Amino acid sequence: MKIKSLIAAVSIAALGSGAAWADAHSSKVKVGMITTLSGGGAGLGIDVRDGFMLAAKGNENLELVIEDDQRKPDIAVQLADKLIQSEKVDVLTGIIWSNLAMAVVPAATAQGKFYLSPNAGPSALAGKGCSPLYFNVAWQNDAFNEAAGAWANENGIKKVFLMAPNYPAGQDMIAGFKRTYKGDVVEEVYTKLGQTDYAAEIAQMRASDADTIYFFLPGGMGISFMKQYAGSGVDKAVMGPAFSFDQGILGAIGDAALGVKNTSHWSKDIDNEANKKFVADFQAEYGRLPSLYAAQGYDTALLLQSAMGKADVKDAAAFQAALEEADFASVRGKFAFAPNHHPIQDIFMREVVKEGDVVTNKVIGVASPDHQDVYGAECKM
Amino acid sequence: MSLILLIEQVLNGIQFGVMLFLMAAGLTLIFGVMGLINLAHGSLYMVGAFAAAAVAGWTGSFALALIAALAAAAAAGALVELLVIRRLYDRDHLDQVLATFALILIFSEGTRYIFGSFPLFLDIPAALSGPVLLPGGILYPLYRLVIIAVGLLVAAGLFVLIAKTRIGIQIRAGEADREMIAALGVDISKLYTLVFALGAALAGLAGALVGAIQSVQVGMGEPVLILAFVVIVIGGIGSIKGALIGALLVGLTDTLGGALLPTLFATFMEPSSANTIGSAVASMAIYILMAGVLLFKPSGLFGAT
Repeated sequence: MKIKSLIAAVSIAALGSGAAWADAHSSKVKVGMITTLSGGGAGLGIDVRDGFMLAAKGNENLELVIEDDQRKPDIAVQLADKLIQSEKVDVLTGIIWSNLAMAVVPAATAQGKFYLSPNAGPSALAGKGCSPLYFNVAWQNDAFNEAAGAWANENGIKKVFLMAPNYPAGQDMIAGFKRTYKGDVVEEVYTKLGQTDYAAEIAQMRASDADTIYFFLPGGMGISFMKQYAGSGVDKAVMGPAFSFDQGILGAIGDAALGVKNTSHWSKDIDNEANKKFVADFQAEYGRLPSLYAAQGYDTALLLQSAMGKADVKDAAAFQAALEEADFASVRGKFAFAPNHHPIQDIFMREVVKEGDVVTNKVIGVASPDHQDVYGAECKM
Repeated sequence: MSLILLIEQVLNGIQFGVMLFLMAAGLTLIFGVMGLINLAHGSLYMVGAFAAAAVAGWTGSFALALIAALAAAAAAGALVELLVIRRLYDRDHLDQVLATFALILIFSEGTRYIFGSFPLFLDIPAALSGPVLLPGGILYPLYRLVIIAVGLLVAAGLFVLIAKTRIGIQIRAGEADREMIAALGVDISKLYTLVFALGAALAGLAGALVGAIQSVQVGMGEPVLILAFVVIVIGGIGSIKGALIGALLVGLTDTLGGALLPTLFATFMEPSSANTIGSAVASMAIYILMAGVLLFKPSGLFGAT
């Protein structure tokens, strides 16, 4: 009953009723959130923050300190030191980018702090560099791409043109796709990180005999590419991981994104109670549709609060066990932790559609059920 | 690589170059006439794009959006010149860099404050969208051809302005000898504001034109700014002709380098490493070009020696 009442309490809190958090089993926890709130990638950090705050609303036992890393690893490291040493937080969370996570997470867990990742999932932290105190509530970087490769095999996609920015996450994403994809890779192009003009690449696509373009271009890069691709008259199908087709940027791409297939662990139309409530509450609170980043922030706060109801954060072993249970109603539906503290979850295939005037995503199937990353075998904890 | 693909890439290179020219022209004028390094030039580009996106959102008219972009960027430029830049002409370049860097931060956070952190929507007008069939069976986006045309028109207009008009004479005189034209009774501070606003308007126009095919977001100007500096260094500081030639050189080198080098390396290397090394060299190509030009012409192609 305790768990049910906890979930109920979380739900009430999330409803925004403002009711005081009154679960006697909860221990006080101080959370330090380091995320990107200014600069080019700010939309992602703002969504994670807003999702987290929505789920934690009204919980008086959860104290949240929010800091802006400006997408710079050196600043993230300074902020982590400050949060651990002078703010004395128990739990860290919030980092969006893999390179920042690699700079902060190993040091934080070495100092005995829990870290809950609401976005980045570098392979190093899923494999050899895993830690009992590190939990990834989002995905391992390869996940969406492995699922997309599997979906491509089953849906008659024979020849793909691959494109990603030339940096570690871009290479990981392409490697993830190629791990499961069995058809031909016609061409593999690595662009400059932050590139804004894709005319040259689109010309190559036009000249190639690929039937599908598969690309990973997060943030503004994806917006630029899709707008230019739509105007180019090239009519090959387009696919990618959800990052280029997320709610925060679909509005900027507009109709040019319609029909694009993308893989994601979450979509606003996944049919479960927790998700319906999340989507409705988020719109009521912030006046915009939630993105997958908001969903991850929300789930991170739910996970944290589920553990707070079961164990005291000062008792690290008990708190770790409580987190491992993942005893919360995820907006994604099914959610469990693999032994390396990374998710086991369904990866869906979505399609970009228009609902009224709003360009958004619709689930069209499950690309990879109960997906789990391949790096867990190297994790010894 | 087929001939059609090559021609398409050349057109892409020219279009990119023309875009860079709009940015570099303002930058080189401001540096040439006032001796000022303006790092905030990229912010004016962003102002143009945001103004265009906002007005296009309200009115649905791309023509009005372009006018708004020109007006907003020119106004922002004039305002910045009157309030901040004016105090910097006599200071050394380090002070100018510091102050204009501060302006970047102020513009970025100010834009975020007004428009939020999410990219804005700005689309190509329906009449200009889609590809056109060029002679020889080349399918090319109409909008990019329009950008090339607009850029070349602006270049022609600037040449006429500088070479034939009274303002142009004053600008050239200001470049050559600041004290002398002040002594001859030209209101130098008004001239400076005008030149600054003109440069800003060109940057705003570039921002609005490019915003329609790229992402309109905070910080969009800085990557272009770096390339614009490369252009004016190659072309020779203060020279509009140099800016045009430099911009086309940089645009073509960057586009063709990215398209051709991996293929070129593949003729004598493993395909996978050719791809990696080819892309790496391609991203350095414009800087190699700059170093090469400076080796033989230390003040740029058309710079005053």
